[in-house]
Amino acid sequence: MEHLSAIKGAKVLMVGAGGIGCELLKTLALSGFQDIHIIDMDTIEVSNLNRQFLFRQSHVGQSKAKVAREAVLRFRPQISITPYHANVKDSDFNVDFFKQFSVVLNGLDNLDARRHVNRLCLAADVPLVESGTTGFLGQVTVHIKGRTECYECQPKPAPKTYPVCTITSTPSKFVHCIVWAKDLLFAKLFGDKNQDNDLNVRSNDSASSSDHSEDVFERKKDEDFEQYAKRIYDHVFGHNIESALSNEETWKNRNKPRPIYVKDVLSDEIQQNGNVDKTPATDNSSMLSAMAYLGLKNPQDIWSLKENSRVFFAALKLFFSKRQKEIGNLSFDKDDHLAVEFVTAAANIRAASFGIPLHSLFEAKGIAGNIVHAVATTNAIIAGLIVIEAIKVLQNDSKSCRMTYCLEHPSRKMLLMPVEPFEPNKACYVCSETPLVLEVNTHRAKLRDVVEKIVTSKLGMNLPLITHGSGLLYEVGDDLEEDMVANYAANLEKVLSELPYAITGGTMIQVEDLQQELVCNINIKHREEFDEEKEPDGMVLHGWTQAPAAENKDTATSSSNNGASTSSTSTTLVPTDMEEDDELTILETGIETIAAGKKRKLSDVSNSETPIPTDDKRAKKIAEHAEDDVVVMLDDEKKNSR
Amino acid sequence: MNGEELTEQETALYDRQIRVWGVDAQRRLSKSHVFVSGLKGTAVEFCKNIVLAGVGSLVLNDDNPATGEALAANFLIPFDENMGGEGSLAELCCDSLKDFNPMVHVSVEKGDLSTFGVDFFEKFDVVVISCCSLAAKKSVNEKCRKLSKRVAFYTVDCRDSCGEIFVDLQNYSYAKKKVDETVQCQLQYPSFEEAIAIPWRSLPRRVAKLYFAMRVVERFEDVEKRRPGETSIADLPNVMKLRNELCLAHSLNESQIPDSLLERLVVSTKEFPPVSAVLGESSARLFEVIKAISGKGDPLKNFFFFDAVDGKGVIEDISTS
Ligand SMILES: [Zn+2]
Repeated sequence: MEHLSAIKGAKVLMVGAGGIGCELLKTLALSGFQDIHIIDMDTIEVSNLNRQFLFRQSHVGQSKAKVAREAVLRFRPQISITPYHANVKDSDFNVDFFKQFSVVLNGLDNLDARRHVNRLCLAADVPLVESGTTGFLGQVTVHIKGRTECYECQPKPAPKTYPVCTITSTPSKFVHCIVWAKDLLFAKLFGDKNQDNDLNVRSNDSASSSDHSEDVFERKKDEDFEQYAKRIYDHVFGHNIESALSNEETWKNRNKPRPIYVKDVLSDEIQQNGNVDKTPATDNSSMLSAMAYLGLKNPQDIWSLKENSRVFFAALKLFFSKRQKEIGNLSFDKDDHLAVEFVTAAANIRAASFGIPLHSLFEAKGIAGNIVHAVATTNAIIAGLIVIEAIKVLQNDSKSCRMTYCLEHPSRKMLLMPVEPFEPNKACYVCSETPLVLEVNTHRAKLRDVVEKIVTSKLGMNLPLITHGSGLLYEVGDDLEEDMVANYAANLEKVLSELPYAITGGTMIQVEDLQQELVCNINIKHREEFDEEKEPDGMVLHGWTQAPAAENKDTATSSSNNGASTSSTSTTLVPTDMEEDDELTILETGIETIAAGKKRKLSDVSNSETPIPTDDKRAKKIAEHAEDDVVVMLDDEKKNSR
Repeated sequence: MNGEELTEQETALYDRQIRVWGVDAQRRLSKSHVFVSGLKGTAVEFCKNIVLAGVGSLVLNDDNPATGEALAANFLIPFDENMGGEGSLAELCCDSLKDFNPMVHVSVEKGDLSTFGVDFFEKFDVVVISCCSLAAKKSVNEKCRKLSKRVAFYTVDCRDSCGEIFVDLQNYSYAKKKVDETVQCQLQYPSFEEAIAIPWRSLPRRVAKLYFAMRVVERFEDVEKRRPGETSIADLPNVMKLRNELCLAHSLNESQIPDSLLERLVVSTKEFPPVSAVLGESSARLFEVIKAISGKGDPLKNFFFFDAVDGKGVIEDISTS
């Protein structure tokens, strides 16, 4: 096998030691790779064990990268594996670090890190083999600078966002209730009190009552816990709904919600509910459970409104009695059982109020926890395909590299479908130098808005530096002089047109990430007005390859609610397993087209809710390639016989 | 719910996969009993996965010693300088697999596969054999078919950078969800012997070339009384001669079985680990799909081929119907 020398001499970097990573490390070791470096910041969790086969129960809590190394060395002690229990975005992993590798293999689970690694690979000129799986679907792609498209050449669908009024006032799906329970109620009760929170945003002018409601969440001195808990319950599920109902306009075309008060659901019960002290004493806060306390066993069961209310009170009580110290700095974590119980119960009570079907804790956890649905076999198949592509790259045989899709149902007889890689997108701001255009009100937007809404969140920069002409406006880093830090902090609060080097319409700024070695030029275009619903950022970036989000339609007409929402938090991020899922959304449309044999279908899809701008062309290419099959085979055989 | 619920421990461990295929499927999976014979890299991948996924029990069969080559492709067996004489492949794999998932019962059955009678296979729902002779494939398949209960039969083989999976589900009926109704579907599977006896001319056009090539090599090993994979470059002329004879008998153009493909199968008979991973996992997946997900698409019928050279993973229906 001629590939052996290429394998033996290679030094590879794996990013991610999770579902795909475990399989990949095993297959690399079996295939004869001798020098493997692996970065993963995560520690092992129980729910990893069914598929991340290098890990055991006894490893829970330890570094994935380190445990994976030890596990593989047990059957392959001769090889060198270097683990890094760290974030790939750490500054240690700079371009020079990446340059030492022959190829980089990604087994990541989030868009942010993928984009970051893509940029470092481009800057270091190291080929990247990228992968992703969701359930039975998966894909492997190869990115070689100048030869194939980079990871960011094609639109990456945006995480779904919802107008804040959908969440605060007019939920129509269970996911809206989950977001409310998790990002608003949970955050309000247990999180940082100084964070902006739209929990009390109302549909109409309610200035008088909102003053009052500010205090609702504060426990009064000497207030009995039962009193406090009931007051919160009545406020969020009762009074808040009542006052939302007072805005007739909102409910013209909607079903009215039903206010729910404790007395209607639980009568006197909560007082008799004993005290939480009878729960087993434990120092481990992750063991606390309202379900156990109430004798509820099956997380698959859908609780009644009454049961949800009891879980709500029990969870609240456990938080206040057993986890008092954490209150004020908790953020939702899907592995925090008590938090999941609380969010499930609160979401269900709200759902009951709005006539939305209730869900089990198991389902609620999936929605709230940003859980990627995973099957071990898909990860292992994808890992095998990554190694096959990596070997082609190492043999400098980039012409035979393929993107491969792993499908759930055969399409043209294929379960594993190879497709020729696409050429780089000339308009890609990451791998080519096409300038971006930013429409912004230069007299109103502050530099901070541009940094937060554009540079960090849209361009995915980690350590940005912003210059205008010869003037430095903003910079992030550890080794900055104090006066510079103060200067930048002051700049952040200034309106663009009043900065020391004024940014006005027609000027161009340069945004740079020193770690990613990515430079973007942004042409500024002044615009006076922005639509709050459609352009919630108050600015619009063009030439940037993220597809618009889909979900906003059903509430587009509820502009009457807008007055109360603040623009800074006018959308709420909804946790779905977006990165891996969404890539596959594109894939599925492409494949469906092929399977059905009618290319027309695709245009239906692209005209529908999710606009996929360039997808038509791509799907066509996939279809053509698939039809091509005889030619492809002959080609490969010729190559092989040489 | 049948009164049998998954335990809390099971729900926590299998959380992610239950999200894909549901609780009922997980319960069915945990009641199935599987037999695997021939523990090279591909079969080991299969075993790893069904143990992780939570089958009821797994019985392993492979009396071969854990020697250098067998170890090279096996991530289940810890490396030991003084290896040798310390138990069979099956025994060593069994220890590791038990450790993977304490909820699955893993055990070893010693003995030669050909000596197991019909009754032996009655204990299982699924029988998987890997790296076996043509005779063994036919005979085990027939034994499974003689039983009154349906025992799913799989063969999994990997040579160099390509390989094949065969599935016999006998008479398989399943519920399929159409837009808003559920229809009962029936699939009739041929046995391995029946499938390979189908005249090549009558197969669908553009059947994977690998299908023919595998038949030629399998036949060669059978005629020459070789063990599976016991071929070398010296055999190539005779293998090509056999190819020509078979093509003539089946009136198939010889170009359908290219020299280059035969050469790969004959010369490098070792399993190539990434391909083993793809094949072994694909078989585990097909197994999961059939066991677990009814009503969502059709089960595989009845061959799967993968070749790393063109990168395609193809399903072929090779049956008379
Ligand atoms: Zn690009």
